[in-house]
Amino acid sequence: MRKRILGAAAIVACISTPASADIKIGFVTTLTTPAAVIGRDMRDAVELALEHIDHRMGQETVEVIYGDDEFNAQKGKQATERLVLRDNVDLVTGYIWSNVLLASAPVVLNADKLLISANAGPSPMAGRRCHQNFFNISWQNDQTPMALGELLNQEGVQTLYVVAPNYVAGQNMVAGVERSFTGEVVGKDMTVWPSQRDWSAELSKIKAAGPEAVFMFYPGPAGPAFVKQYQQAGLIETVPLFSVYTFDSISLPLFQDAGIDSVLGSKMTQFWAPDMDNDQNRKFVADFRDKYGRYPSFYAAQSYDSIFFIKSAVEAVNGNIQDLGGMRAALRKAEFPSVRGTFRMGTNHFPIQNFYERRVVQDAEGNWTTSVGPVVLENHQDPYAGECAMEG
Amino acid sequence: MDYVLLVEQLLNGFQLGIILFLMAAGLTLVFGIMDLVNLAHGSLFMIGAFVGGTLALATDSFVLGAVLMVPAMFVIGILLETVALRTLYRRSHLDQVLATFGLILFFNEATRLIWGPEGLVIPLPNFLEGTVALGAGITYPVYRVVIIGVGLLVALGLYLLVAKTRFGMLVRAGASNRTMAGALGVNIPVLFTLVFGIGAVLAGLAGLIITPITQAATGMGEDVLILAFVVIVIGGIGSVRGAFIAAVLTGVIDTMGRSFLDLLLLLVLPANAAESAGPALASMLIYILMAGILFFRPQGLFPPRGATAIQ
Amino acid sequence: MTHWWTPARAVTALVLVLCAAVPYLAPALDEPFYVIVFARIMIWAIAAVSLNLIMGYGGMISFGHAAYLGIGGYAVAILGFHDITSAWVQLPVAIGLSAVVALVFGVICLRTRGIYFIMITLALAQMVYFLSVSAERYGSDDGLNILWRSDFGTRFFDLEDSVVMYYTIFAVLLGCLLVKWRIVMSRFGMVLRASSSNDTRVQAVGVPTFRYRLVAFVIAGVMCGLAGFLQANLERFVSPDMMNWHRSGELILMTVLGGTSTLFGPVVGAVVFLMLSEILSTITIHWHLVFGPFLVLVVLFARGGVMGLLGSRARHD
Repeated sequence: MRKRILGAAAIVACISTPASADIKIGFVTTLTTPAAVIGRDMRDAVELALEHIDHRMGQETVEVIYGDDEFNAQKGKQATERLVLRDNVDLVTGYIWSNVLLASAPVVLNADKLLISANAGPSPMAGRRCHQNFFNISWQNDQTPMALGELLNQEGVQTLYVVAPNYVAGQNMVAGVERSFTGEVVGKDMTVWPSQRDWSAELSKIKAAGPEAVFMFYPGPAGPAFVKQYQQAGLIETVPLFSVYTFDSISLPLFQDAGIDSVLGSKMTQFWAPDMDNDQNRKFVADFRDKYGRYPSFYAAQSYDSIFFIKSAVEAVNGNIQDLGGMRAALRKAEFPSVRGTFRMGTNHFPIQNFYERRVVQDAEGNWTTSVGPVVLENHQDPYAGECAMEG
Repeated sequence: MDYVLLVEQLLNGFQLGIILFLMAAGLTLVFGIMDLVNLAHGSLFMIGAFVGGTLALATDSFVLGAVLMVPAMFVIGILLETVALRTLYRRSHLDQVLATFGLILFFNEATRLIWGPEGLVIPLPNFLEGTVALGAGITYPVYRVVIIGVGLLVALGLYLLVAKTRFGMLVRAGASNRTMAGALGVNIPVLFTLVFGIGAVLAGLAGLIITPITQAATGMGEDVLILAFVVIVIGGIGSVRGAFIAAVLTGVIDTMGRSFLDLLLLLVLPANAAESAGPALASMLIYILMAGILFFRPQGLFPPRGATAIQ
Repeated sequence: MTHWWTPARAVTALVLVLCAAVPYLAPALDEPFYVIVFARIMIWAIAAVSLNLIMGYGGMISFGHAAYLGIGGYAVAILGFHDITSAWVQLPVAIGLSAVVALVFGVICLRTRGIYFIMITLALAQMVYFLSVSAERYGSDDGLNILWRSDFGTRFFDLEDSVVMYYTIFAVLLGCLLVKWRIVMSRFGMVLRASSSNDTRVQAVGVPTFRYRLVAFVIAGVMCGLAGFLQANLERFVSPDMMNWHRSGELILMTVLGGTSTLFGPVVGAVVFLMLSEILSTITIHWHLVFGPFLVLVVLFARGGVMGLLGSRARHD
């Protein structure tokens, strides 16, 4: 036992040797559990971004240290602590899950460091819990479903059934749709997250309720499972399925392998698609496909953006990353090449941007992917910005 | 509420019960006969899904994959029993829990290394896709009907095996009094190994059969495992009949709770309170059921005759 | 008492000295992060010690012990949510609530034995778990952040100071070990052990074992509730996940890993379990591949857990 402790101490000592780079960025995502498919996409995108900037921001060398949240808020918080207190990173980014972000945010913010969410956009962080050192580079949770509600109105849908997981992002998504959808919500099921994978009871209820459309939100590997059961229940031909964050480059190959043709043509709303026409996006998508042999997901796009976002600020302060005021000012300006074209930062440090209609299509080589359509919400700001009392 | 929905939800509950039964049958035998708390039974559920799925993809036929999975899981079960678990029989339940938990971690990680984090999706053949009309306005997914059918067949087969064959007689003898059965000249080690192999096949079948619906993922067996433990405790440990009845009961109550509890609560609570209390109470239902049954029948519904040794 | 200096006791002393020294040792080694790690480990150790009181000595394997962690934790979080941050309110509520819940659960559970006891404790804990999941006002699945740690109303004892926080946890751990030691050595402890090996016989000599076991069950619940109180304060965060059955399982694992029916085993178990996961997970994300077989090997080759390996044979001292 004594030997073991000494051995442990030796291992601890050798793994925590200080890194050599000038700037250290902590990146928290999911690297284990089935949800690691998302984490892998994000990490791949970050690595690609680092290659593209030659591991440099201005004169400084950059290193990214990854933390695994194990798909669990408590573990995510501990991973954040490890990055902030042990690895002493300069700023922290990443975060897929809203609940992980909410639990972890105080660790970073109390240490007086910058926190940039590359995916999660829970409502408290946009409103009453907004913070001068917190930025979001993706979207606020309510926005994409608000766009979807608008799309449903445009499609003339009168009655809607809603299914989503019962955690903060799921609640935000449902709230978002209900905000903009003008028809009637005839049924709503909030299911146990993340364990529930069989929706037989909910599907039977949908069938009995007979809505004109169904709205669903299941991120990660749960989405394809839901759609498959939706199809097996014979609903996909009769009740159109509208979704957010479900059909992406992670799930579409699975649908294609399983031969679920009815997915083609499915409509959703999103701030980005792989075929958006701008220089940064063309380079990102082409090189990502080249390097990893698959399309990047929106998770990847946001992670790629986050590195360039940080780079723009580091260059604005000439590498003096301790200059928090200068960093914040630069981040608020958000002058960096984004894969989504242009957007600006709102006063609550969440993006103001367009949301587009997006559909599932087959590309020239026969791969299933998504394609961008007309704008549904233009220069849209989240509904919580007004609750944020931060000095602009 | 209309009767079509009611019947459909009953079928849904029954189908969940079937999956639970396939898991619980092996678990209850292994526990009842060998007195082994095998948490790794959940891993067998997962391994069945991945191995069966891989076989299905390799042979391009789901049915063939499922058939080939049976001998594969039998061998895997026997290997697991002889290599790792055999030495645990004489240990305390706590030691067994610790060791088999270690096995769960190992199998989960090994599965992730082999098949990747994205898991496995198994396409169904065309004749299993879509829905079938069951009459009286009820349509139901073909595949779920097949699950129910397969489960009933297995239950029948297991009943015949346990109740009508010499092997079954030995199994029953082992379940009610292991020491006595051994003293009467039953080759206990061989019996144990065979029973474990059968349990592995049943768990693997449960895992494979649910995969076209839920997909195969690492750790998929753990929540099912807990439910299966609930089932065998309600049913009475060592009793296959008890496991069947308890599994169906659990499946139906769980599904009915998820479907109708919020409506029932609406009768006594304001709308928003019912909306938030409904799902929680629905999730609790089976545990309330178990606590209630154990409170009144501390040995479950169908304890095997003379099963005092289990304590 | 010829060999007072056994390896098991050496390890006990070493672990305690290490725990006491961490707040000074870690910054000196430029590893301040390990202060939090050890504080967290000690909280788990308190919970494991409390579980072992009923499991190791009373034969009551509770698979729902993490429920009390949650009850203690939510007492802090919910009162804090309503701006009641005084420890003089939070602490009695945490302890009182744990005691009441343990009393009710105990009355229901203690009718059963063996696996049935394991499962009924699981069932009751799952009910508390789903109750917290459904508490939308208090964050449901996402849990609650705690803005201020419990306030004892004096600047000489301020939990916001991380050193004070750390030594509070350390003191509670020592206190729980002391209480457990006194219980185990007493007539009460003897009845508990005797009833776990043959309840009928103990009842036959006229001892109302049910009452003894119930009292032990409540004491264990209160100790674990106290651990929950500390955990909420340390982490400044609670969520239903604190009382998920995985956590109850981990508590059992830590205890068995360290050695049941030894006073100090659960502490060693918590240290080994959590330090090993901390270290292995930094080396590779596939650390379960090593950790799993390690647990199997402990069972196969170290009867009585780590303490058993060190020669402590189910002693009650």
